[in-house]
Amino acid sequence: MSIDKPNVGRAADESNDFLEEPGEYNLRLYVAGQTPKSLAAIANLKKLCEENLAGRYTIEVVDLLVTPQLAAGDQIVALPTLVRRLPQPLKRVIGDLSNTERVLVGLDIRSKLARTT
Amino acid sequence: MATKQKKAAQTGSSHRLTALQKTPTGIKGLDALTLGGLPTGRPTLMCGAAGCGKTLFAMTFLINGVNEFNEPGVLMSFEERERDLETNVASLGYDVAALVERKQLVVDYVYIERAEIEESGEYDLEGLFVRLGHAIDSIGAKRVVLDTIEALFSGLDDTAILRSELRRLFAWLKDKGVTAIITAERGEGQLTRYGIEEYISDCVILLDNRVEEQVTTRRLRVVKYRGSSHGTNEYPFLIDEHGISVLPITSAELSHRISHESVSSGVADLDAMLSVRGYFRGSSILISGLAGTGKSTFASAFVNAACERGERCLFFAFEESPDQIVRNMASVGLKLDAHVASGLLAFQAARPSLYGFEMHLARMNRDIEEFAPQVIVVDPISAFRGPSFEIHATLVRLADICKSKGITALFTSLSSSGEQMTESERSVSSLMDTWISLKDVEANGERNRVLYLLKSRGMNHSKQLREYQLTDQGIHMIDAYLGPDGVLTGTARIAQEAREREAMLLRRQTTERRQRELARKRAAIDRQIAEMRATLETEEREVATLIEQEEARELAHGSERTEMAAMRGMRP
Repeated sequence: MSIDKPNVGRAADESNDFLEEPGEYNLRLYVAGQTPKSLAAIANLKKLCEENLAGRYTIEVVDLLVTPQLAAGDQIVALPTLVRRLPQPLKRVIGDLSNTERVLVGLDIRSKLARTT
Repeated sequence: MATKQKKAAQTGSSHRLTALQKTPTGIKGLDALTLGGLPTGRPTLMCGAAGCGKTLFAMTFLINGVNEFNEPGVLMSFEERERDLETNVASLGYDVAALVERKQLVVDYVYIERAEIEESGEYDLEGLFVRLGHAIDSIGAKRVVLDTIEALFSGLDDTAILRSELRRLFAWLKDKGVTAIITAERGEGQLTRYGIEEYISDCVILLDNRVEEQVTTRRLRVVKYRGSSHGTNEYPFLIDEHGISVLPITSAELSHRISHESVSSGVADLDAMLSVRGYFRGSSILISGLAGTGKSTFASAFVNAACERGERCLFFAFEESPDQIVRNMASVGLKLDAHVASGLLAFQAARPSLYGFEMHLARMNRDIEEFAPQVIVVDPISAFRGPSFEIHATLVRLADICKSKGITALFTSLSSSGEQMTESERSVSSLMDTWISLKDVEANGERNRVLYLLKSRGMNHSKQLREYQLTDQGIHMIDAYLGPDGVLTGTARIAQEAREREAMLLRRQTTERRQRELARKRAAIDRQIAEMRATLETEEREVATLIEQEEARELAHGSERTEMAAMRGMRP
């Protein structure tokens, strides 16, 4: 995270534009059962949100083994899948979210510009 | 099953043998060449280039499953949205929406857009499994189609994960016991673009769409079918408004049941030339001839006769439109329009160049299946152009199909001028049971038509060349005259007839004259005899008179003597 320091300010500015209301980030994490990948994803997501979106996010974990009918609605193919339902547009990140950088880019919390530098 | 069990019991083996179960696709030809359908509970790979009909095959499999076999199905589409799919198959008369509503079909469109997905860390395709599993369980599906699962490769980066997940998916499908079709795009140097044939090895069907001389032919081949025998050739198939038809396998053995019944050719004089008074039912008849010799007329006469017997006829016209045929045949007294109206006669007209050769055959086969005719006419087979082996193969199959169904098939063929047989004629001649050759004879500045029977299997037939005429009453044969230079036809025949009439007259007159002379002679002789008899009678009468006189004289003489004696006696 230190490598991104030169751009943190700018990224924060951008996110500040979105930060009009708290709880703006409506995230849904799809998993299937308590697999190691699921647990890792949940843990990674919580950590990541606390660090970057403290106080302005909601996380909903959907276990598709319990509610399989929800899979088609959000076009879930791979698991785990993190879906940013709000703000629009819909964004998807797949995997156990171990690569924080890519998650932040995928959720538009950090711009792609930041990632490339 | 029962026989299998018995066999197992006989061999004394403890484990029970079960043959591979098959799930019929409802696509007739395909079920025939796979000897029953796709392997039940196993995935089948269907690959082919774009536009080969993979999706349509898969959809037909599902919809037939619902409609004909009461097996619900799941379609997981990676390429087309539900709405597009519904529209696409609606053109074939399939109402997908209604099936979905009745919970017999689930259509799940899987949308994957690389740009919208960020990959972070490890993942698997459990989501797909969950969706598929949910869809299958929600309606108790027996059939599953994944169309085209390779789209995943363009949507996700990690091909290593994809490959291992696909392997797991196919194994999972097998565990689920569903019969699945997985479609895939044809790849360079391998069956599929991403080589997924590695994972599906139970049954692989290859679809192909080839263009030869600007004519497209769709072909299907079963590349492999583990645990079952199958047709190994390429089979043409057809996609049109009636759905998919695959041409069934030609039975290798010649074992069709034959008929001893004969059917009229529709031309009374021609029937008379054949010892069984017509063609055998279920036989193949070839009528070959030059342009304008009346091939179609002979064919139509046959059709007309069949319809009058109440049989169903299918007329494949490749050169004339049905209306034209009906109109033209009305001029020779054949009222085909009435048979069309009564539904006994149906025309199928198409330009030969419309499809490839085998597509025509597939189409004809489908039409035959649907119309179930007793008589078909193909007019003419010479319209087909192409390599002779292909023509031959196709006509063999057509003749075979007809024979196996007991259909009497009449083919016409346009001969080229001269004695040479056309390619199509040569290739089919050995298949035909009856071959009638129509000819033009040119002499004395005119053309006349003659007919002869080249062969007719299983019956005696006239070996004569016969002249025939197409009149408004139909076809009529005329006795041909054999002159010093061969057969006389037309005016030459008429002249010959006149000459013969003259000679006959002359002969009759001569005879009559002789008879008259004889009568006169007899009369003369009779007269002479009468005269002589009269003379004789006169003489006889004279002689009789003389005798009488003599007797009288003698008598008188006698009495005189007595008197004298008396006188003398008295004296002594």
